[in-house]
Amino acid sequence: MPGKVFVGQSVQRLEDPDLLRGRGQFLDDLALPGMLEAAFVRSPFAHASFGRIDTAAAAAMPGVVAVLTAADLPAEMREKRILLQVPHPAITYPVTQMPLASHEVCFVGEAVAMVIADSRHRAEDAAEQVIVDWRPLPAVAHCLEALKPSAAPVHSAMKDNLAGRFTLAFGEVDAAFAAAPHVFSASYDTHRGTGHPMECRGVAAVYDVVGAGLRVWTSTQTPHNTQRGLVDMFDMAEDKVRVITPDVGGGFGPKNQVYPEEMMVPLAAKLLGRPVKWVEDRREHFLTTTQERDQVWEVSVAVDENGRILGLKGHLVHDAGAYLPWGIIMPYISASTLPGPYRVPSYRLEVSVAFTNMVATTPMRGAGRPQAVFVMERLVDLIARELALDPAAVRDRNFIAAADMPYSMGLTYRDGAPVIYDSGDYPEAQRRALAGAGYDDFKARQAAALAEGRYIGIGIGNYVEGTGLGPFEGATVRILSNGRVAIYTGATPAGQAHRTILAQICADQLGIDVAAVDVVLGDTGVMPRGAGTFASRITVNAGSSVQIAAGQVREKILALAAAKFGVAESDLELADGLVRITGAQGDSISFAELAKMTSGMPGYVLPQGVVPDLEASGYFTPAQATYSNGSHVAVVEVDPETGMVTIDDYVVVHDCGNVINPKLVDGQVQGGVVHGIGNALLERMVYDADANPLTTTFADYLMPTAEWAPKCRIIHMESPTPLNPLGVKGAGEGGTIPVPAAIVAAVENALAPFAVRLDSCPVTPQMIVEKVQAARQQESTP
Amino acid sequence: MSDAEMSDAEMTREIAFTVNGQPAALDVEERFSLADMLRHRLGLTGTHLGCEHGVCGACTVMVDGHAVRACLMLAVQVDGAAVTTVEGLADDDGRLSRLQQAFSDHHGLQCGFCTPGILMTLTEFLADHPAPAEDQLREALSGNICRCTGYQGIVDAVMDVLASPPPAGGAR
Repeated sequence: MPGKVFVGQSVQRLEDPDLLRGRGQFLDDLALPGMLEAAFVRSPFAHASFGRIDTAAAAAMPGVVAVLTAADLPAEMREKRILLQVPHPAITYPVTQMPLASHEVCFVGEAVAMVIADSRHRAEDAAEQVIVDWRPLPAVAHCLEALKPSAAPVHSAMKDNLAGRFTLAFGEVDAAFAAAPHVFSASYDTHRGTGHPMECRGVAAVYDVVGAGLRVWTSTQTPHNTQRGLVDMFDMAEDKVRVITPDVGGGFGPKNQVYPEEMMVPLAAKLLGRPVKWVEDRREHFLTTTQERDQVWEVSVAVDENGRILGLKGHLVHDAGAYLPWGIIMPYISASTLPGPYRVPSYRLEVSVAFTNMVATTPMRGAGRPQAVFVMERLVDLIARELALDPAAVRDRNFIAAADMPYSMGLTYRDGAPVIYDSGDYPEAQRRALAGAGYDDFKARQAAALAEGRYIGIGIGNYVEGTGLGPFEGATVRILSNGRVAIYTGATPAGQAHRTILAQICADQLGIDVAAVDVVLGDTGVMPRGAGTFASRITVNAGSSVQIAAGQVREKILALAAAKFGVAESDLELADGLVRITGAQGDSISFAELAKMTSGMPGYVLPQGVVPDLEASGYFTPAQATYSNGSHVAVVEVDPETGMVTIDDYVVVHDCGNVINPKLVDGQVQGGVVHGIGNALLERMVYDADANPLTTTFADYLMPTAEWAPKCRIIHMESPTPLNPLGVKGAGEGGTIPVPAAIVAAVENALAPFAVRLDSCPVTPQMIVEKVQAARQQESTP
Repeated sequence: MSDAEMSDAEMTREIAFTVNGQPAALDVEERFSLADMLRHRLGLTGTHLGCEHGVCGACTVMVDGHAVRACLMLAVQVDGAAVTTVEGLADDDGRLSRLQQAFSDHHGLQCGFCTPGILMTLTEFLADHPAPAEDQLREALSGNICRCTGYQGIVDAVMDVLASPPPAGGAR
């Protein structure tokens, strides 16, 4: 089909037919001959040391094959910790988990023993019979408590609980504050719970005695990270460790760690010489899968009489949990996101990262940005309130202008490159969002509603998001001898439809249908180098690599056909899997025939300078992150008696550069917004004073359901980035990032008659009722 | 069980039922959930487990025409019943049901893990409510959690099925 273009079209997903028929292949669907199943014995205490573990009774249970504790680990693995993924000089105590804790546990759920049996039921029966000599220790349940001098140490070997400290700064912030006409200060608490993909984690492994190699299947976003972790832990050659991801039932960040179970299941398979599988249940997920919990911010902003920002400073305390699998990257992202779309001439944020006796925190959809955006947008609303200005107008007069692009903020991003916003029109994004929500006449609508006793409010959330992080995600494009086109890539999807997106890009380069493209991904055996799916990076990195590799294959096809037909390349065209001489009845040859000829056909001599195989590999390596942006406007109604919040309208202006597949981007935005609604109104992971988790079912921890989900009105702007050949930016997380800011602002605006202030999220019905009652009491007792 | 020795917890019972129209008979542990039996004894892995405490709805199947949580029902309870799973929704020739096709058309799924349960919930709901209002539909969906889609594609898919007349031959 010459001329048919797939990029930019809402192409139907290639992933759907199997998933809709129940033919997906998720981790727990794997059934290997002779496979054993594992269960873990986990700490019931947030902090404890332990002595002997008595496994005799468990080992004698029916069907039990082995019970492993840290003492049973091979000598080279004892006391060894899982590879720290992102080291940073500001980390004071770079501690990650051991495969099994050896003498001390630091959060509820940390594993101390593994039971392997011929069924999961029997493994769990036996796990109950493992007796551990626990010696409970004092536990730290909040990051502010952790940093007090009197706090008990989270790990008994530590002197204090400071995991890291750093400052991000630019400009003359003290001078700006000293000279400013107005300074406003506030403190904010944010909390995000965790990602909760509907599929929990899971690992299966086989050890190949003949090849002395491990084959590991794991439900992860980052198989190459898992491979690196295994190579380090087992001290094996990379080519002996193959990590494969089956279909992954959602990721959202927590599946981009290397977890202890991903070490223990392969070890058990190796020790026992049989396939072993472990599948996490939801309770284990609540206890042991990483979260994004508390950040406490103390911030001040200096402004002129018109609300223009002169300086911004403050202190962020970040809850790291008990370990640092991702180092301190999340608070670093928060700190470099705070100024956002606004021109902030001077800035200083001090960041303290605190260990606590809870499961580690790591990036989750948005990765520290929703908190920073919440704080910045709340501050801008504070400026507006204090100076009696319109919140949209204050934003408008502080925006970085489109004409200022590229805009250098003055900070260094997590990738080591300076924060330089590459493109975007922030004022226009807000203008369109406000117009979409009918901002101009909202005050009149609000007054009319109030006259009927209804409390409605409007709120704005603007953000800029660093996406498309490098260093690379490679792709190989190969024409197979049957004429089909294969893409091999390190991209590892968990619902984003990477197959479809990459096939669209490839199809356009080669003049073929997307249905002729097979995408093989998430397997270190077919793509030995990769980073993984996080930081909204796959379309930027893997997409650009496919574009480059497919373009090279195209060049090769033209060169081979030109040599074969003795014509100039400019006389050839690609269409429908053929390359042919242009014009009526021109000779043609199929990609399949060319592929056969170039893959070692005896007697065929390759033209000079052409390497074998109809394939090419591309490794796009971005120089820096590319910055997506957007503007959200929420309209809510609040019942001050019950605290119930209803979302009446939700407008999203979303700019992720060029859009490859509008339907897929809309889906990411809509899904992201509903995730953000959970962060704004519902999701809180509650721990008691001894750091025992209290919300460990979906009956206690509330996820947004269909009744909470508004039909987002999504308006696309496309500001292509000059930083990659597709002009694309990341789209997977932006939907979530400004939602708590916009919704909480709208709730506060709705409750303006009560002068209620909301400085934390999630905002629960209970909080709303308490604040309204307090406001009424204050009113009645002058 | 590969081990001859069995604990008291492992008592079994023989049951017979149909699944997607096919007869099945097996000796199943009394403690097995319906989901465990479907997945691990019958290899019907389209039924997924998301929470195993009856909230997320991923494991929803139909028993005698009613949507049930296969994680909360014991396998032995389907003795004599007719069970339908997601594998039974498409035609024998593999053609997707109208609802399945509409899910694909409207981006009603992303990772696809919750999808089988949602399809089963909706299959019962649409049988009982031929012309629901959107808020009724959202209420019916509120027992199924989807973390990916934000639900809109699912709602759009159902509304599309309701808006378009069934093709001749009365396919679902």
